[in-house]
Amino acid sequence: MSAPKLRHRGAILALQIGILAAILMTWETAARVRVLDPFFFSQPSLFLARAFTWLTNSGPLLGGRSIYEHLLVTLVETAGGFGLGVAFGVAAGFLLGRSEFWSRVFNPYIQVLNALPRLVLAPIFVLILGIDERSKVALGFTLVFFIVFFNAFRGVREVDRHIVNNARLLGANERQLAWHVLLPSAMTWILSSLHTSVGFALVGAIVGEYMAAAKGLGWVISQAQGNFDSAGVFAGMTILCGAVIVIELFVNAAERRLVRWK
Amino acid sequence: MAHASIVLENVTVDFGGYHALQNLSFGVPEGQFAAIVGPTGCGKTSVLNMVAGLAKAASGQVRCGGRLVDSVQCSAAYMFQQDALLPWKTVLENVLLGPLLRGAARRDAETLARHWIARVGLKGLEARYPAQLSGGQRKRVAMAQALICGLPVLLLDEPFSALDAQTRVLMEEELLTLWQEQGATVLFVTHDLEEAISLADRVLIFSAGPGSRLKADYRVDLPRPRNVVEARFIPGFMDLYRRIWADLKEEVLASHERSKASA
Repeated sequence: MSAPKLRHRGAILALQIGILAAILMTWETAARVRVLDPFFFSQPSLFLARAFTWLTNSGPLLGGRSIYEHLLVTLVETAGGFGLGVAFGVAAGFLLGRSEFWSRVFNPYIQVLNALPRLVLAPIFVLILGIDERSKVALGFTLVFFIVFFNAFRGVREVDRHIVNNARLLGANERQLAWHVLLPSAMTWILSSLHTSVGFALVGAIVGEYMAAAKGLGWVISQAQGNFDSAGVFAGMTILCGAVIVIELFVNAAERRLVRWK
Repeated sequence: MAHASIVLENVTVDFGGYHALQNLSFGVPEGQFAAIVGPTGCGKTSVLNMVAGLAKAASGQVRCGGRLVDSVQCSAAYMFQQDALLPWKTVLENVLLGPLLRGAARRDAETLARHWIARVGLKGLEARYPAQLSGGQRKRVAMAQALICGLPVLLLDEPFSALDAQTRVLMEEELLTLWQEQGATVLFVTHDLEEAISLADRVLIFSAGPGSRLKADYRVDLPRPRNVVEARFIPGFMDLYRRIWADLKEEVLASHERSKASA
């Protein structure tokens, strides 16, 4: 990297931090002079302090659990929804992508299920699976599944014909073709949707916790809202943002590792 | 390397009602290097695809090594005009793929692949991905990938057409050297008459499509082993070029007229 570019980078970072600081200061000032009502909008000094208290007290605070336990619950639900969604999405996309016949048979069902705003399924999952983690995993799954499914499907369908022919002539049977050509091709599509998928798994977990739960970050935020505690809502959001940033770092690393060849 | 002859009998190829090739018959004896030259759209690539078993003839038969070709066959290596390397595999993994898929042990396949990568002059680039190579280097990988199995039939579809002139001559030279060692039966499709004559034992001229057929069949009696560049200065070369070009020119013009008329 050349020197001017490095300077550029420093400038960008400085500006990014500056913008955040400016927003927080404006917010704080506006709340203090009562342009914004702190009852609804809280103020950075209050909710950051709250988040700090939560994060530094590892003992039970909220509903008998520390913030870390709540965070862990949400992350486990996210990981569950994501993992199951990816596994089934890849499998289904792969199978239907390989079979013109079955993809036609299932096409209307997939279209309808995909068009359905799947968050409406949340109450049903709560009814069937209860208010524990399983209903959140199920919700995340329905969100992630379709994203991954469509990408795997396209990846298998749109694999370069010449690459397939080449592999066949090199001696690949159907199984080898799937392993060496179709799966990697689908992988590039799936990976391109990884960020969206992880995001949706988190949406599933948080929304599920809003609806009915006894733990998790979504529950913390929803509790705070029920108590007209706007500082608690924003503190929960701040911690959620932090968690998302960490998750994104992992996703980026995974992506770099898996598409080294690009 | 027994039975590697290629025979086409009364082959017709259809593309949705459009007869690309009509009643085409010719044979290439074992070990011969045959070049197919003809205007765009005359079905040259279709011939290779049929011999490879990737395409089916509407009527007629294609035989390879005495056996009827009715599905993708495993005795032919194919170098495509387009990039057909697996982009998610390194140079090494691409080259060892053929032996691996055919059941070789991974270690043996790898040893063989390293040898072939060195043969095509890419030593040191084993861990690169195709996207990190130049066009010429990618063609070298494709060549190693095609030749590593030592198959009796080699099909080449304008393999060097996308390369610059200098790289192209180097690659032709390389191909000729490797072929002279392996002695496979070759079908080489090209637009370039000069390339065809300097490489091949025989040049087949296809007439303009639709309904393309074999228009002329020339033997190239230039001595072997041959050097691609020097071959062009052998006295017989220009004479042959002139004769074949006279035939080819008519077809190129006919093809040109037709595409103008339909445009």
